[in-house]
Amino acid sequence: MPHSPDPIARLGGAVKRYGELTALDGADLRLQRGELLALLGPNGAGKTTAIGLLLGLIRADAGTVELFGQDPQRIEARRRIGVMLQNAELPPTLRVGELLRLTASYYPAPRALAETAELAGIADLLKRPYAKLSGGQQRRVQFALALCGRPELLFLDEPTVGMDIEARQKLWAAIRQLTSEGCSVLLTTHYLEETEALADRVCVMAHGRMIHEGTVDELRARVAMKRIRCLSALPLEIVKGWPEVSEVRRDEERLYIATADAELVVRRLLDADHHLRELEVHRAGLAEAFTELTRDADEASDNDQREAA
Amino acid sequence: METFMPVTKLATTSAMPRSRVIGAYLEEARSECLRYMRAPGFMLPIMLFPAMFYLLFGVLMAKSNGPDAARYLLASYGVFGVMSPGLFGFGVSLALERDGGLLTFKRALPMPPGAYLLGKMLMAMVAATVVILSLLVMALLLGHVTLAPVQIVALLFTGALGVLPFCALGMFVGTLIKGQGAPGMLQLIYLPMSFMSGLWFPLPMLPKFLQQIAPVWPSYHLDQLALAAVGMKQGPLLPHVLTLCGFAVGFLLLAARRLRRNG
Repeated sequence: MPHSPDPIARLGGAVKRYGELTALDGADLRLQRGELLALLGPNGAGKTTAIGLLLGLIRADAGTVELFGQDPQRIEARRRIGVMLQNAELPPTLRVGELLRLTASYYPAPRALAETAELAGIADLLKRPYAKLSGGQQRRVQFALALCGRPELLFLDEPTVGMDIEARQKLWAAIRQLTSEGCSVLLTTHYLEETEALADRVCVMAHGRMIHEGTVDELRARVAMKRIRCLSALPLEIVKGWPEVSEVRRDEERLYIATADAELVVRRLLDADHHLRELEVHRAGLAEAFTELTRDADEASDNDQREAA
Repeated sequence: METFMPVTKLATTSAMPRSRVIGAYLEEARSECLRYMRAPGFMLPIMLFPAMFYLLFGVLMAKSNGPDAARYLLASYGVFGVMSPGLFGFGVSLALERDGGLLTFKRALPMPPGAYLLGKMLMAMVAATVVILSLLVMALLLGHVTLAPVQIVALLFTGALGVLPFCALGMFVGTLIKGQGAPGMLQLIYLPMSFMSGLWFPLPMLPKFLQQIAPVWPSYHLDQLALAAVGMKQGPLLPHVLTLCGFAVGFLLLAARRLRRNG
């Protein structure tokens, strides 16, 4: 393994403003060779701006933006990337094969057309005009365009929107195959399931900054909250009185408890109610961790604004 | 220690042989032509309007106005026909592609700089040539216009190159307006400008004021060149050529500036 290689894509304290609005507020991001990094965040968090900077579509007002150690606006840097954007209306009258041929012509050493089509699962679509394809098929063609140049780094912006489950899993398999061949991927997605299935590392953005970076497990662990469910006749007031319990509610006989210290609360529950049944303890899912993280960031930013005002 | 780094790989993958770069320009131009030739909604109005006008006014109704009317109108309807692939082919497609995200996608890709614009330019030149050809066929076969081969070549040449200032103007409008608003705006430029340059009725038939301001319009200058090509005008041509070049470069610079700033 090479020792601490330089990142192949990097944002360092990147700032981008649109008039009054600060879309990126000192964002840092490092993407290492061979990894799949998922960029998460609610709408308006700055994901699109971050991608736009790394693709050289816009210029940062401050900070550094590097792609393979170069300015992304240099074509040499972009010859090593493949791109799948969220919405790009491709020429409707061109056939899929023609679109592939055109896009491949931009690259120094592209894949053979048949190889690209095979990888993206569009071998049967090559002769069809783009406009005649279904939404899911169009996404697959866009994926094929992203990988046809044999890129070292793929930008995938919401790649599986509009795909059915089967198509989605095929695309995931193709992405895994590419990463196993050493291709790095920067993925933005709204599907946390997709992140769990693919990502080595996760970066969560809110309000133009990175608020968390780590593995999927680290992200989950960051939210220590666990959920307990059980059937019990214990009065709500008693459970509420325990200091470890942060939230409790009852739905008929079923108790729902949120706590950071599940072991202790379970012990108390079992002591207090010998007839307790159907005890379940869950760790917070990625979705809950994500919600929690961004809610914290929202509160922090609200506080900032109040202090500033 | 450097030997552990995949340096050699980094150095080779982004170098692009010149032949492949030229290939990319050609592919872009080929795709651009293909996609519009296949879009009847785009090609038909461009081909049909000038042809219809010429057939009506230049061939059927001009018989009473003497043999020179068909020749005169061949030049001016030719210019009228050449303007539209420039304005619409360039302007409308740019406006739509800015709106639909295709331009953004292309800018993110390693497309050689200029290939996009060059492709559209070539497409407009091809369309302009086809327009002139269709008028020429009607003039020679139906209008009984006689032209020397050198005059035919000169008119085709005027059309193919004369589309360029209108490409630049269309491109500028395409950077001002996104999406579906562009065709309407371009019509507002195209039709009045054609009329005021004397493309529909000869200039001497227009009010004095319009005659005086006609040299403001690029289409007036192209019309003078086209008239000269079919042998209906004497006098120096260079001022007209230079004015058209100035128009083209001016609008190209304005448009390029807006594109760089606003994408």
